[in-house]
Amino acid sequence: MNSSVIIFPGSNCDRDMDVALKKFGFKNKMVWHNDTELPKSDLVVLPGGFSYGDYLRCGSMASKSKIIESVIKFANSGGLLMGICNGFQILTETELLPGALLRNKYSEFICKNVFIKINSTENSYFKNIKKNILELHIAHNEGNFFCSSDQMKNINDNNQIAVSYCNRDGEVNDDSNPNGAIKNIAGIFNKQKNILGMMPHPERMIDTYLSGDDGSVFFENLITNLR
Amino acid sequence: MKISAIVTLKKDVLDPQGKVVHQALNGMGFSSVKEVRQGKYFEIEIDENDKKKAEEKAEDMCKKLLANLVIEDYKIIGSQ
Repeated sequence: MNSSVIIFPGSNCDRDMDVALKKFGFKNKMVWHNDTELPKSDLVVLPGGFSYGDYLRCGSMASKSKIIESVIKFANSGGLLMGICNGFQILTETELLPGALLRNKYSEFICKNVFIKINSTENSYFKNIKKNILELHIAHNEGNFFCSSDQMKNINDNNQIAVSYCNRDGEVNDDSNPNGAIKNIAGIFNKQKNILGMMPHPERMIDTYLSGDDGSVFFENLITNLR
Repeated sequence: MKISAIVTLKKDVLDPQGKVVHQALNGMGFSSVKEVRQGKYFEIEIDENDKKKAEEKAEDMCKKLLANLVIEDYKIIGSQ
């Protein structure tokens, strides 16, 4: 399986993602934002970080970078495109995903482990995944998912909520919402479910001793689904 | 021609920065402050002499980049 990770100036989770993808069997290539052609890919990842210093709005400048045209073309032809954290913000700024990521409700940068509940398994990312609650890491200042009521209706109608913040037992409630996101949304799909954007970082949870293995569960399942 | 534009969060969008500034102002003794909303201000130099055309271009820029219309409103507030 071939994957590509796009590097923007200010990306800082690109190398972690590269390590994670290779660990679970992807042949990964790093792609610079000024390139115009994507290598042959089964999966394209927009990594976390602070692309273009978060100038203007998080992800806004990256959404206009040279490589994005090819990324949009790839996704529109059904290719799997995943944006993590800043990558999720870039996906909403390109309008490949609906909504926007606002500043966290309580005006603080949040850096901690959270639990997320998988809401939909009818897609290449979570089909047959062996756990339905994952413990993953978040680190963001703008992760408060917001959308218009029309967008929310479409998201619900098309079952586009991918993952929601929950507690250890899988209960989705206000106490387990770290940033004020509407309906505890931690990640969403596009309508066709080939594009996934989420704030939590699976690539940070792939080492039994350092972090925990729920990221491993995600990546192992993903590559199995793609094979 | 120089165009001035402001971008502000829509009314129903939470503005934690504005809220913190509001609290700080209250704490400094500006007790009559009821609400603060924070926004962005742009000065755009355009190589264009026709005011209408310049403003149209600036509006296009607001729609395509300077504002995110899901959460923000924009307004052209001056041209000279």
